[in-house]
Amino acid sequence: MLRATIKSLLARKLRLVLSGLAVLLGVMFVSGSFVLTDALGRSFDNMFSSAMAETDVLVTARPAIDVSEMEGESVPGTLAAADRDAVAAVPGVAEVVADVQADGARVIGKDGKVVASFGPPRFGANWTGETGGLELREGRGPAAADEIAINVTLAELSKLKVGDRVGVLTTQPKKMFTLVGIFGYEGGLPGQGPVHEVRFTEAVAQELMLGAPGAYTSLSVTAAPGTDPAALRDAIQSRLGDRYTVQTGQEAGAAIAGEFKTILSLFNNILLGFAGVALFVGTFLILNTFSIIVAQRTRELALSRALGASRRQVIGSVMVEALAIGLLASVLGLAAGVGVGALLAKFAADFSSIVLASISVPLAAVISAFAVGIGVTVIAALLPAVRASRVPPVAALQEVATPDRPLTRLTVSGAVIGALGAGAIAFGLATTGDAVMWLLLGGVLATFIGVSLLSPVLARPVVSVLGRLFSWSVPGRLGRLNSGRNPRRTAITAAALMVGVALITGVNTTISSADNSLRGDAETGFQADLIISGQESPGVLPTFDEALLPRMRAVPGIGTVTARYADQAMVGEQPNWAAAFTDLPAVVRDLSVVTVAGTLDQPGPGEVVVDDQNAAEAGVAVGGTVTVKLPKGEPTTYRVSGVYQRTPFLGGYLFGTGVVPGMRFPQPSLAYVRLADGADADAARQGLEALLVDSPEMLVEDKQQYLDRVLGEGAQLLLMIQILLGLAIVIAVLGVINTLALSVLERTRELGLLRAIGLSRAATMRMITVEAVVITVFGVLLGVAVGVGLGAAVVQGLADEGLKTLTVPWNAIALYLAAGVALGVLAAALPAIRASRINILTAIAHD
Amino acid sequence: MTTAAPPLIRQRVEPAAARASQLWKVYGSGEAQVTALRGVDVELERGRFTAIMGPSGSGKSTLMHCLAGLDAVSRGQVFVGDTEVTGLNDAGLTRLRREKIGFIFQQFNLLPTLTAQENILLPLAIAGRKPDQQWFRTVIDTVGLGDRLGHRPSQLSGGQQQRVACARALVSRPEVVFADEPTGNLDSRSGAEVLGFLRRSVTEYGQTIVMVTHDAVAASYADRVVFLADGQIVAELTGPTPERVLDTLKSLDRPAPLETEL
Ligand SMILES: Nc1ncnc2c1ncn2[C@@H]1O[C@H](COP(=O)(O)OP(=O)(O)OP(=O)(O)O)[C@@H](O)[C@H]1O
Ligand SMILES: [Mg+2]
Repeated sequence: MLRATIKSLLARKLRLVLSGLAVLLGVMFVSGSFVLTDALGRSFDNMFSSAMAETDVLVTARPAIDVSEMEGESVPGTLAAADRDAVAAVPGVAEVVADVQADGARVIGKDGKVVASFGPPRFGANWTGETGGLELREGRGPAAADEIAINVTLAELSKLKVGDRVGVLTTQPKKMFTLVGIFGYEGGLPGQGPVHEVRFTEAVAQELMLGAPGAYTSLSVTAAPGTDPAALRDAIQSRLGDRYTVQTGQEAGAAIAGEFKTILSLFNNILLGFAGVALFVGTFLILNTFSIIVAQRTRELALSRALGASRRQVIGSVMVEALAIGLLASVLGLAAGVGVGALLAKFAADFSSIVLASISVPLAAVISAFAVGIGVTVIAALLPAVRASRVPPVAALQEVATPDRPLTRLTVSGAVIGALGAGAIAFGLATTGDAVMWLLLGGVLATFIGVSLLSPVLARPVVSVLGRLFSWSVPGRLGRLNSGRNPRRTAITAAALMVGVALITGVNTTISSADNSLRGDAETGFQADLIISGQESPGVLPTFDEALLPRMRAVPGIGTVTARYADQAMVGEQPNWAAAFTDLPAVVRDLSVVTVAGTLDQPGPGEVVVDDQNAAEAGVAVGGTVTVKLPKGEPTTYRVSGVYQRTPFLGGYLFGTGVVPGMRFPQPSLAYVRLADGADADAARQGLEALLVDSPEMLVEDKQQYLDRVLGEGAQLLLMIQILLGLAIVIAVLGVINTLALSVLERTRELGLLRAIGLSRAATMRMITVEAVVITVFGVLLGVAVGVGLGAAVVQGLADEGLKTLTVPWNAIALYLAAGVALGVLAAALPAIRASRINILTAIAHD
Repeated sequence: MTTAAPPLIRQRVEPAAARASQLWKVYGSGEAQVTALRGVDVELERGRFTAIMGPSGSGKSTLMHCLAGLDAVSRGQVFVGDTEVTGLNDAGLTRLRREKIGFIFQQFNLLPTLTAQENILLPLAIAGRKPDQQWFRTVIDTVGLGDRLGHRPSQLSGGQQQRVACARALVSRPEVVFADEPTGNLDSRSGAEVLGFLRRSVTEYGQTIVMVTHDAVAASYADRVVFLADGQIVAELTGPTPERVLDTLKSLDRPAPLETEL
């Protein structure tokens, strides 16, 4: 008896540890995110404040195109030489350094390829001497028009040496320079953050980076001794007027750091979202654990009720246990989170060559760790605690402690909550506005809870069908029967797995539907034989020399080459996309564009063609006018000459080539190629590639290759999401282990009996494994069903965006099922070994 | 079997169904050391019903567990048929249990998820053998469970459950059936049903059965009773009646002179 007591205590400890671990992992995820983003945020603060240390006042022009981080990059405005002179004349100004700096200077490395950046900008700037912390490490600054200096980061990546001849791509086609210097920054840094930097002489930087001689992007002002920067800022502001942003160096550093921190906090929110999913799954595990503990303690609880304990006291005794677990898991989770966050921060800082600020534990991390850890545990334990308090005192005298309660109430409430969730999703997808996000989130959450409540009812038939697959062997049959024994427990364990699988399947369904719609559109609409384009990155649009166009057309076998120039533009007050084509009717033909109104002839000067959605949003029709401002141009009014049906390949405001000088990259960024009849496609392609030798970013691809590359980004996103949802899956697997360990313990005598009548160790392990696999496959099936449903809802909701048909990713689903089987086998390992080691005699004596 | 039997067995005309020689079983070590069996020599003849009796703690269950290969022995040898049980590994023991041994425990004999029929056929299913339909019917008829075969254990009375367990032990025609207090939890009427059934399976079908019991009436169903005290065989009866069994037990209650002898 004592042995049994100790055993059950130990077993309970294991169960508490497992469910505590689920909370711990979730809390770790939450607090780790906070620690990581906090450390990186302060690192950025330090970096930019040291970059601005020598600047008392910074003057910048208001952005030409201002868009939030969500929608793309802002296009900076420029200042003129006259502005510099005006600032220099302000009393109290000791020195003005005029800076030219813009993203998009791509250096061609020794291998003939553009030196890649993983997102950080590749700045092209003017050489202003050793100012702002810049330190020459080798050589000198550029003095002649064909000289450049680069930062250490770039020099290390490109392996370029002082004296090398280097090709640089800017807003202009490739130009050759001599590398005369390599520079770093104060404190031995290779650069200011992970950016690549190329410094030209001023005139060259203005020409190549801004396409505007005499233009600057900012003025760094040093105050005369004794002048207060804030006072100087106000003086300069009043001299220059409202077109400019004037900040003290400190403010400017904080502002730039603030932009980075906006991105960081977005990133943090994404991480917290995934942590939320993990915690939600953890809730199932805790709920299950406490339900089991309460069920096992039924007689004990009943006895205490018989001895006069109140319901409140019974609830209290369960809740105290939950509180203790939550508290412990929070403390440990916070500690683990700080460790993981610090590790990741160090990793990120090394990767992006910034000096990592000291790691600290932000208050948000502490508060959220405890709120989340204790909150989740207590909420999850509430239901079992209430159930415990309903145990009647007579239960102490009954042999069968927990009769099988009917599932009716559970099923009805599951159906209601699930229907509400589905309704919220449908409504959220149909409406617009701020509520959408909450409706969708709430809807998905309610759907999950609803399906979880329904899962016990589903468990019986599904398990019996699934189990048939294994019924050919005795262990398989026994395993199947065991998993059907406690439908609630099986169901809640499976439901925990469902959540992660459903999210992954939902995202995958959406992406593959988008993918397939696009391919379907391309199949019917895409008439171009070859596409010349490059991989876009924020701030950089790869282009090729427009002087090549006539030579391309002369390549044997080439029919037509239609070039596209593109940039962001302000249309009225809204940021939008503008493109110019050398021959719009050719594009209309190449992409099978449908005319909605007016004509789609080549737009003349003062004319614009717009897609139907933009026309509707802007409220314009053929004959109406819109005001468009390109980054380097002035606001200009255009008459709408035609409206076309938007496709995934063509959208926005389309112009003739007259608008190109207003674009930052006044060169073609894409071209559609049609081959002549009977042309040798390979030869034609090689001819084009030979011409593009100076534009290593540009690829000549056929339709299939082009689509594969464009759609490959979706696959990467999917992979990221799957990795981040991995934790939710891990926690769900902990739940499976928990349930199995419990099954093994509860059925010790059965296991002993089976072994006594000849079940071998291996067969015992198989039996437990089948039980696990039935649970995990049930979970994956639920997840897949819910996920496809969610995906279908999203596809329905995005029908306007060109998602035409629902594509169920069968291959991926088959993979998930296989993974479900593998997870089941994995989760079963320990409990199965334990079951197979059971001593037959002790098992029989067990009670 | 044409292979040469071990020398000890060759001398016999018919090998015993199960046999132990110089069997010692020591539990624990040091202070907590308990010697449950002290050199037991016993032979259980084929086709006979043997009862093992003795005071609580005398080593009855231990002896049976050792004979059945459920527990490892400390010293000595155990044979079931011509297989030496001592020295078999887990796989060998599993095979032994599948092919040569049937068990009936005091309680908790059946899997709650399976019907009575499935429980009865479980050992055959585990061993991957086809049931002999005729034998199965015979067993079912003898046990008298014909109409309850589709029921689960929870729907059967304790006596019915034990009869199902008996049927399960017999259906694979094992060399020996071991039963540890099979009627210990039953009232006398249900107990009599079970015992009657065991008796019949010995008389009519030549089954070998070894049964541990505390009940003199139960022991009287056996052909032979072996008495254990302090881990040794101290007495034996053939053709027992309840009265003779009780008398023998009473005589054992007197302090045995064993300790002083050793
Ligand atoms: N696992 C064990 N560890 C230590 N000692 C044990 C163990 N099992 C049995 N014993 C001891 O061995 C001796 C014989 O036990 P056994 O269970 O064989 O007795 P029994 O004759 O079956 O008694 P009962 O009639 O009460 O069932 C007892 O002294 C017992 O305490
Ligand atoms: Mg005993």
